[in-house]
Formats: sequence, structure tokens, C-alpha cells
Amino acid sequence: MVSRVTDDYVRMATAGCQAICEPAFWAGFDRSSVHGFYDYFCQLTEHEPKRAAKFGLPHFCWLCINPKESEDLKLADDVLAIIPKFLNRPNVLGIGEIGLNKNSRNEMKVLEKHVDLAAKHDQLILVHTPHLEDKLKGTRLIVDLIKSDKRIKPERVIIDHVEEHTVKLVLDTGMWAGMTLYPESKCSPARAIDMVEVYGDQRIWMNSACDWGVSDPLAVPKTALEMQRRGHSAAAIDKLIYQNPLKFLSQCPKFKIQRPWQPT
Amino acid sequence: MTRQQILDLYFIDARHKLIDLAAFMDRVERAEGNEDFRMKAFREALEELSKNNREKARQVLLTFSDPTTKPIAKASVKGATGAWPEKTG
Repeated sequence: MVSRVTDDYVRMATAGCQAICEPAFWAGFDRSSVHGFYDYFCQLTEHEPKRAAKFGLPHFCWLCINPKESEDLKLADDVLAIIPKFLNRPNVLGIGEIGLNKNSRNEMKVLEKHVDLAAKHDQLILVHTPHLEDKLKGTRLIVDLIKSDKRIKPERVIIDHVEEHTVKLVLDTGMWAGMTLYPESKCSPARAIDMVEVYGDQRIWMNSACDWGVSDPLAVPKTALEMQRRGHSAAAIDKLIYQNPLKFLSQCPKFKIQRPWQPT
Repeated sequence: MTRQQILDLYFIDARHKLIDLAAFMDRVERAEGNEDFRMKAFREALEELSKNNREKARQVLLTFSDPTTKPIAKASVKGATGAWPEKTG
């Protein structure tokens, strides 16, 4: 969690978090060259796993050039060229979070190249969908593009940041839907639970936004508490916050975790 | 959960948010100048709340969404405003 302080790792471990899955994302500013991405990928694959391990947290990551920096096609090509060097590292789960930001033609071209990269290297895919007024259109463009590549199995793709107007669109494709929880401006714990109650708990999970903005690494455990308040069973909560992510992520053979209190 | 249980759990929070919305609208209307496309979409979204529709959250989100289907030529900004600027009528 390059954007978070070490105290957040402590809080997550204390709350029962079992693993961190960190997507490559925007740094809050545009990096000036491919060298910035090389260092970032080293940070994600070398330094952050060590920082998390101090608190018993396995750290995994996804690699890409994020959509916010995809308008520059030359930079995107340069970054795409170095990603394969990192794919065999032990904590890399796949390609992500790719996707769209403002739904531009160049963003689409870079998305297509990332999907091709994932197909060629048999990688899982994590997709960022645009925010606010751009989400509906962006989600449609993304699912259409991925569906058109017949090498990609839908069950190996998670489309993240779904909301009430995009969740069914994603689930109907056979892909996974991720609900990203924010303390402000986007999906709240109560709304995430509403969506599960309406659309079911198959191929759906929740994640805590832990970025440079106002965000809460404990959003998932807080949502688990909210589910408890609504009367959801312990098994239903466990399925949503543990078993579902485990099922999706275990499609990557490198994803192995063990609950510390479970006998071997 | 029953409807009564949902009300017991969430009514005070929803009431608080509704009053916050009302105060926001009062604040906008007290201020000098014209409203922009965001407030137009906001007022349209509010109308969805009074309709007999069990997908109010979805409908509100659709009200704020870009309905077009083609990629734009170039991304000139990174951020989103919360409403589609070209919305008319």
C-alpha cells in the first residue's frame, strides 16, 4: 500500500485482514517516464511485501499502466514492454487495474493492449471502471472490449467499482464484480450490502479503497459489521469477504494464504 | 429484515442525510449567480425519489451518467464532475 502509512498495516492485521491485494494505480501525479514505473513495480514486488510481512500480512499486487496515464501512447507502450519482466515475481497476481478513466480512444487502445498482454501470458485481469458520470459508458465499453477477445475467460476477470447501475451489466457477462467501498463520494457499506441482497453473492466481492484520497483500509471489516447488524449469518459474511475473493484469486497459482487459527 | 427493522436501523441516518441535502439546496439558492449543469441533473435526480420505483439508487445514478456510447477523441482532464455536462432537456 504505497499510499498508506505503516499504521494502516497494523490496523488491518488487527481487524483480521488475511492478505493485501494492491493494484498498480495512479500516483496522484503523472510519472515522467518509464523509469518511474520500473521503480514503482519494484516497490510493489520487493519493498511492500517486506513491509506487510512485518505484520503477518501476505502482500500481492497487480501490474499495469493505469488509465489516467494512458493518454500518452508512447509512455504506455514503454510501460507495457517492461511488465513481462515482472510477471514471474512471486506476489504478482495479474494485470491491473487496467480499464478506462475518461473513455477516450487512446485509453481504449491501451486497454486493448493490456488485455492482449494478459491473454499472451495467461494472467488474471483486474479492471478499473471510471467514476461518477463516466462509469456507465466506461463499463459498457470495457465489457464489450473484453468479451470480444475470445482468449479471455470471463471468470478470470474482475470488473471493479461497480454500483447499482453497472453491477448487473457485469454479472451478466460471467465476469466477477468488485464493489469498492469509500467513506465519501462512492459506494458505501450499506449500498454494497443492498446490492448483494438484490443480486446475490455469486462472483461478487468488496474491497477497501486505500488510495491517495480520503479512504478507509478498514472498510471491508466495517461492512462485515454492518452485515451482522442486518442479520446476515457468519457463513454469509465469510463467503462475501473471504471465500469469494479466495475463489477468484486462487485461479492464480501464486495466491496461497492460510488463516493462522486454522489447523493444518 | 422486516420493513420495520430497516426503519429502526436506518431512519435516523437517512433523515440526517435528507436534511443535509435540503441545507445544501438552501445554500446554493442563497448564493449569487447561476446554477450549472450539475444542479440541473441534481434536481432531475431528486424527482426520481418520488416515483414508485424500487430501483431509485440505480435511476439516480443513470440521471447523472453520460448516455453516449462512443469513446471521446481525447481525455483533456482526469477528473469527473459528477454529472454529464452535455445533458439537455
